[in-house]
Amino acid sequence: MDVNDLRSLITVISFLLFICIVMWAWSSRRQPDFEALARLPLEDDEPLLAAASTADQHKGHQS
Amino acid sequence: MQSQAAAYNYQVVRQFTVMTVVWGVVGMLVGVIIAAQLVWPQLNVVEWLSYGRLRPLHTNAVIFAFGGCSLFATSYYCVQRTCHTPLFSPALASFTFWGWQLVILLAAISLPLGFTSGKEYAELEWPIDILIAVVWVSYAVVFFGTMIKRKTPHIYVANWFFGAFILTVALLHIVNSAAMPVSLTKSYSAYAGVQDAMIQWWYGHNAVGFFLTAGFLGMMYYFVPKQANRPVYSYRLSVVHFWALIFTYMWAGPHHLHYTALPDWTQSVGMLFSLILLAPSWGGMINGIMTLSGAWHKLRDDPILKFMITSLSFYGMSTFEGPMMSIKTVNALSHYTDWTIGHVHSGALGWVAFIAIGCTYYLLPRMFGKTEMASKRLIELHFWIATLGIVLYIASLWIAGVMQGLMWGATNPDGTLTYSFVESVKASYRFWEIRLLGGTLFLAGMLLMVWNMMLTIRGGTAVNDAPVLAPSGTH
Repeated sequence: MDVNDLRSLITVISFLLFICIVMWAWSSRRQPDFEALARLPLEDDEPLLAAASTADQHKGHQS
Repeated sequence: MQSQAAAYNYQVVRQFTVMTVVWGVVGMLVGVIIAAQLVWPQLNVVEWLSYGRLRPLHTNAVIFAFGGCSLFATSYYCVQRTCHTPLFSPALASFTFWGWQLVILLAAISLPLGFTSGKEYAELEWPIDILIAVVWVSYAVVFFGTMIKRKTPHIYVANWFFGAFILTVALLHIVNSAAMPVSLTKSYSAYAGVQDAMIQWWYGHNAVGFFLTAGFLGMMYYFVPKQANRPVYSYRLSVVHFWALIFTYMWAGPHHLHYTALPDWTQSVGMLFSLILLAPSWGGMINGIMTLSGAWHKLRDDPILKFMITSLSFYGMSTFEGPMMSIKTVNALSHYTDWTIGHVHSGALGWVAFIAIGCTYYLLPRMFGKTEMASKRLIELHFWIATLGIVLYIASLWIAGVMQGLMWGATNPDGTLTYSFVESVKASYRFWEIRLLGGTLFLAGMLLMVWNMMLTIRGGTAVNDAPVLAPSGTH
């Protein structure tokens, strides 16, 4: 086996790894975790701005 | 500073945010000057203000000073808040700010003086390269150190993008800058011939892919949901397109070297991977834009969201255009013409600058104890002036580029060239004038931003006591 076989092998392994990542990401078991993760940035608001952001939400609901 | 343990480190974020605006104006002003020098060559008065010296100053200033400062600011802000912990090592964070400003200052002096290693987007000479490497490794320590001491079990996707950007840029910079110094101001690349060209464009294209894409996608994944007050459209799509970008971007560089001494198969691999890149790029664009799904009305009266969503539209446009231009037969027409410059600016002004401007408008009031920018109408005006500027800029250079490509390739029946090179230059002047107008409008928008920033800072107080919040109990 020369170095080029190794290079081809790494390409194939990378591709299989990517397929695994896609299957992992799309498995329904991940869904609740992902939903919680997606809310991470929305749950970090500072109290200083809490009043402003709730006012903003109200505006959004009205229109 | 006594409540440091319980407060987020806003100082370094504030410093980088303000400098984003300052360097944005400087970099774009230099861009307008060189655009004017193309229209009126007599503006090249002294050698250190001539086109050849100012052009790398423009690219370095807008990419590494304007873009770099906005990446530092947003990544430091995002990683602290989503990890619910202050930055690791405030001293090192402060060092990254002053170190980065010193790099920019040295670039602003050495490039006009003519010191250059001649590698595009990596022109700075070896002592500055070493300083960049030291600052960048410190950046990595601060960023990953903060991630390690996080209070949440998971790492939010924006931090994955920022992390990939930091690691990859370190690798690219150190490999491509390897050189043999002959004096303090002159060095020669460690590589020779076509390998040197390939390593340069492996660096060059991944600078686009990781500095100007992955890092700014990190911004998109934090600041678009924040501004829209909605979670990202599809978290699983963000995971998949992250890994797709990581696996494919590294191989796209050879498309910068079509029809050169680079082996033909390498060019074809580069073209193929560039075409594949369309999928993950559009995955990111769709994910960002669809975050507004069901809340499109917010676009109507929120100029910051307008900046962000328009930036994603330009991202989608330029990541469609890029793969098309990497096709060898298209490249035979487009390469070395102004089409390339038009393409770059549709990405740089439309995507990179717009998302950075949107995030800066988000950060500025929060850094100075206000709930919003001093004038919303100025942001709105900035948005429309800048958009008009981009459209004029890219449309004129698309037309100029295709015209140049066709003129250069045209032959008479006897095989001689129909046009001399200078005829294509003469035909380009009208388009370069429109380009200058577009660039000037974009710069005018940045000046409005400076004004708005000064109005916001006036009467505000620097926030240094934003309390670190405990992570939500839902995890």
